[in-house]
Amino acid sequence: MAIECLVLGAGQEVGKSCMVVTINGKRIMFDCGMHMGYLDQRRYPDFSLISKFGDYDNALTCIIITHFHLDHVGALPYFTEVCGYNGPIYMTYPTKALAPLMLEDYRKVMVDRRGEEEQFTSDHIAECMKRVIAVDLRQTVQVDEELQIRAYYAGHVIGAAMFYAKVGDAEMVYTGDYNMTPDRHLGAAQIDRLQLDLLITESTYATTIRDSRYAREREFLKAVYKCVSGGGKVLIPTFALGRAQGVFGIKEEKGREREELCILLDDYWTRMNLKIPIYFSAGLTIQANMYYKMLISWTSQKIKDTYSTQNAFDFKNVQNFERSMIDAPGPCVLFATPGMISGGFSLEVFKHWAPSEKNLITLPGYCVAGTIGHKLMSGKPTKIDLDQDTQIEVRCQVHQLAFSPHTDAKGIMDLVKFLSPKHVILVHGEKPKMATLKEKIHSELGIQCYDPANNETICIPSSHYVEAGASDAFFQSCQTPNFKFQKHSSDDAPNSSLIDRNLVRHLQVKDERVAEGILVVEKTKKAKVVHQDELLHMVGGKKHDIRFAYCCPVSISHSMDNLSESDRCYWLQILHSKINGELSVGNIQNFGENLRMESFHTSLCLKDYCPYRIQENSQSTTKTVFFCCSWSAVDEKLARRILSAMENLNLREI
Amino acid sequence: MMEDLVSMHAELRQFYGPEDTNFPSWLRQEKLEMVPSELKEIILGKDGEEIGAWMPLYSAAEVKDCILKVQTLKFAEEACYNGTLVIKAFSSGVELGSCNWILHGPKGDIAYLSSSSFNSAHAMNFDFRSLKGTHMLIYSDFSSLSVTQDVEDDDDHSKPTDNLSLLSSQEQAESLLKSSENLEEKEKLVFICSCAIDCVKDGGSVLIPISQLGTLVQLMEQLTASLESSAMKVPIYIISSVAEELLAFLNIIPEWLCKQRQERLFAGEPLFAHVNLIKEKRLHVVPSIYSHKLLMNWQEPCIVFSPHWSLRLGPVVHLLRRWCGDPKSLLILEDVLNPELALLPFKPIAMKVLQCAFPSGIELQKVQPLLKILQPKIVLFPEDLRSHISFSSANSFSVSHYHEGQTLRVPCQKGNTKLKISADLASKFHWKKLEKEDINISRLKGELCMRNAKHHLLLGNDQENSSNNRPMLHWGSPDLGKLLDALSKMGIKATPEHDMSNTEPQNACRLHVQDPHRALIEVGETNTVITAANENVASLIFNVIDSILDGV
Repeated sequence: MAIECLVLGAGQEVGKSCMVVTINGKRIMFDCGMHMGYLDQRRYPDFSLISKFGDYDNALTCIIITHFHLDHVGALPYFTEVCGYNGPIYMTYPTKALAPLMLEDYRKVMVDRRGEEEQFTSDHIAECMKRVIAVDLRQTVQVDEELQIRAYYAGHVIGAAMFYAKVGDAEMVYTGDYNMTPDRHLGAAQIDRLQLDLLITESTYATTIRDSRYAREREFLKAVYKCVSGGGKVLIPTFALGRAQGVFGIKEEKGREREELCILLDDYWTRMNLKIPIYFSAGLTIQANMYYKMLISWTSQKIKDTYSTQNAFDFKNVQNFERSMIDAPGPCVLFATPGMISGGFSLEVFKHWAPSEKNLITLPGYCVAGTIGHKLMSGKPTKIDLDQDTQIEVRCQVHQLAFSPHTDAKGIMDLVKFLSPKHVILVHGEKPKMATLKEKIHSELGIQCYDPANNETICIPSSHYVEAGASDAFFQSCQTPNFKFQKHSSDDAPNSSLIDRNLVRHLQVKDERVAEGILVVEKTKKAKVVHQDELLHMVGGKKHDIRFAYCCPVSISHSMDNLSESDRCYWLQILHSKINGELSVGNIQNFGENLRMESFHTSLCLKDYCPYRIQENSQSTTKTVFFCCSWSAVDEKLARRILSAMENLNLREI
Repeated sequence: MMEDLVSMHAELRQFYGPEDTNFPSWLRQEKLEMVPSELKEIILGKDGEEIGAWMPLYSAAEVKDCILKVQTLKFAEEACYNGTLVIKAFSSGVELGSCNWILHGPKGDIAYLSSSSFNSAHAMNFDFRSLKGTHMLIYSDFSSLSVTQDVEDDDDHSKPTDNLSLLSSQEQAESLLKSSENLEEKEKLVFICSCAIDCVKDGGSVLIPISQLGTLVQLMEQLTASLESSAMKVPIYIISSVAEELLAFLNIIPEWLCKQRQERLFAGEPLFAHVNLIKEKRLHVVPSIYSHKLLMNWQEPCIVFSPHWSLRLGPVVHLLRRWCGDPKSLLILEDVLNPELALLPFKPIAMKVLQCAFPSGIELQKVQPLLKILQPKIVLFPEDLRSHISFSSANSFSVSHYHEGQTLRVPCQKGNTKLKISADLASKFHWKKLEKEDINISRLKGELCMRNAKHHLLLGNDQENSSNNRPMLHWGSPDLGKLLDALSKMGIKATPEHDMSNTEPQNACRLHVQDPHRALIEVGETNTVITAANENVASLIFNVIDSILDGV
């Protein structure tokens, strides 16, 4: 049994996440993203690798989308409406609600602004989304008789989920993007301790360890506060849907800055009782917020707890901004699109506000070359040429934001360690950093790890169980403790000189409960597990006991002519006290009539002729008494050890 | 809901109750035990059905503590109890979050089917497909029982059963009983709303005690739509200490709603109409009847939703007192068992009373088709419903009836328990083929564990040493000739003590070995004893005997 992973995207790169996993005959596509860096056919995963003839419905069991970012969902309408995939598609409720907005946003930018030929239409998006089956967190969805999937909270953006899939005995998790530390509006990723054959994880920050988010937030608030308290205006350029998505460029920091920053500011304003207005530029306000308000249960605990009195997405201190207010006197904070001041309203406001040193401009974590945002980031320009005729004087303050919703290297290691899967595949990262992380996972956690490139296939073995019916008697015998104590003796471990004595436990406790169970496989019948007592009944056999016996001579220094009943006990007692000193394997117990240890029994033998007395050199010079011993095959080793100790003893009267 | 009850109760006690905040001490069991038996019977009633059945109401703190102990689940989420029981809930469609359960245990699974509704205008639909194919199904939907009983009652009074009727007070109201088809439910709502509108047009007010949440939101939506279409501007009030929280909550749970409501999420619209109604100030949500906001806005005629349906607690009591003498006003009662009793303190009542019922639950005629789909092996059916449904013997399942307060023992399939043995472990088993029958057997090893209600046998951490591979159990009796043959093949020459031809099976036969070392083999019918001073010889002989016997 094996799991086969075909990497169609995000192999040793960030962009167009797409992985086709075949488990026990079921084929799942995880994510169907597009690459922002390419405008040619490389922007989409190479779907022909799934099915040469385009028969995707038979080639795939289902598609699972982890979150609404375009590099995870961007190619979906193309795949369903243009390529013609008609099978089931799964995503969480928020993803289903927000993905069409993202896709439409992207389509508009491509077609309206860039004048590109459109890859899919608005109708395509709508048709595609109609077929999506929304799932809730932790809901176990039975895709078909054999395939079971389940979403876990990933904390990357609202609705982001890790997906678990199980077919037969093979189990795996595909993480999508995730965040292991909670922030202001989303919680940290959460997953059960599963028994996985495979974990496919993102590795955006394969080697980075991030500092405290709290410090960065405080810095931001301080900068804003300083500006407004000095009478200045703050411009926060953001994207329409709350994330600086890669519509404009190659590899971008994907943030969810608007909601994040807005909650941060709104909260701060309330705490500090500030009356300075916070504005949203028109159009930015309502649309996405409406969704966020209904999807409260997908946000952080703090926001969830307060929804009834104050829905955190009902920004109390936020108002709508009118164009006429740009030059109005007095301090304010303004959220405006687009994020990198590449044009639009944020550029218009920038032109008015940049010349004053009292004002502040914040910038997203990453700005594409050519945008004003990028120019502001690189050095401290005093003048920016907009075009040949326009030059803007820049005297305002600039603050760069760096809130990333991805897990860092420590988070990845924590997750891998927590889940302890049998295999790990890294995707969605940069090649050299992934190689480092791969090595680390292998050496520190001892887990086989891969970082395949695009269009490569990785094949890993998966768990398989043989099912057998089991009898009640077997389970009952397994419920009773069956402890065996063994003293660890030096000759058990031949290399003991090499092992630190302290590391070897002196007493070993074994509790082997299944050893009384027998697996029976009859032809044409199902395999069955029975208790050994039941087996005899099944096969109609009579138990045959094989034991060992040996009448062991032990030297004494006393005449034993008239042994009375009390003497018997007497010799046994002496043997008992002596032998325990000699034995390293455990304690032999005295039952009066005999001594016992496990199945080993010994008692004084007074017979003149005992069939088990076969000592070859019985004509010894010293006086001896005989102890008749018997044991079963299981304890042969133990018995031989006791016997050799007995033979070396010399019992003296005390 | 419980908090609301507690707060209404506290308010009631503030007006009428003793200052002492505790449950009256004379009602405690230990005090009652000391009372003479005659007096006790007067207090408790004959079977304790009077005051004896009274219980103190929990406090807000107790509600909070209790809820803290509850582990919440999503629909179809697997909760594993102690490794042995996997518990799953599936929507039953009756109310928000109402559900049926499946328990997966190592001996099979049990479905618990409670009151369920095939059509829901707000809650997620009845997910009956997920209950398919269990070993046992406990049918526990008693809703049809109350329906059929009511029908019988109505027959006594020879009244039509499937007719809505608008009745004045003092008269036993009709029930609204028919199949729970969505359409009919809608018709009922429209009818109720038209009654309400007529009443408001007439200058009267409408009072609707809150009972089911689903009905509340639907009535509210229908009412505002009706008001709008008849161009009337009448304020709607919801008076409840928890209404604000409740309505806010309703708008953040798209995952728990029916398909039509979920579509609103995807379209970016509020899940329920009340969000916009509140914004447009057509709906006023206030915590209590004396809240400032209500006093400032109060306008009559108006439509009021408020608890409690018992008409003994909460704002509804005050409003009923105000309007019960007004023949223009209307009271809409939903699902009240005994309207006569409920209205008793407000007599004489001039106000109009409309009683309605929105039956939820599986209709009797749908029970058999449903069970046919679900295909359980055993159905446990309530004795109370036995007379209403006769199961044909053609069904694939067997039916047992259960009674209240009695334990019903249901046999579980023998040997149904499964053990999952990991393939890497199974490959390490030492197999032995039994010659007589075509059977392969192997002694088990590994670690037995319980995971997700299934027994697993996994590869243990410590690899057992080879000595443990020795068979521990043998059966059959050795054939002497074969034994001697086998021994000599191993280079052991044994001489039997008795004459070989004359061996009686009962008696032990002794074989003496001189070479390579002295040894004795005592072979009996059911046991063999090996004696050898030399360990290797002993082990060699053991192996020979093992090879000619069946063993594992």
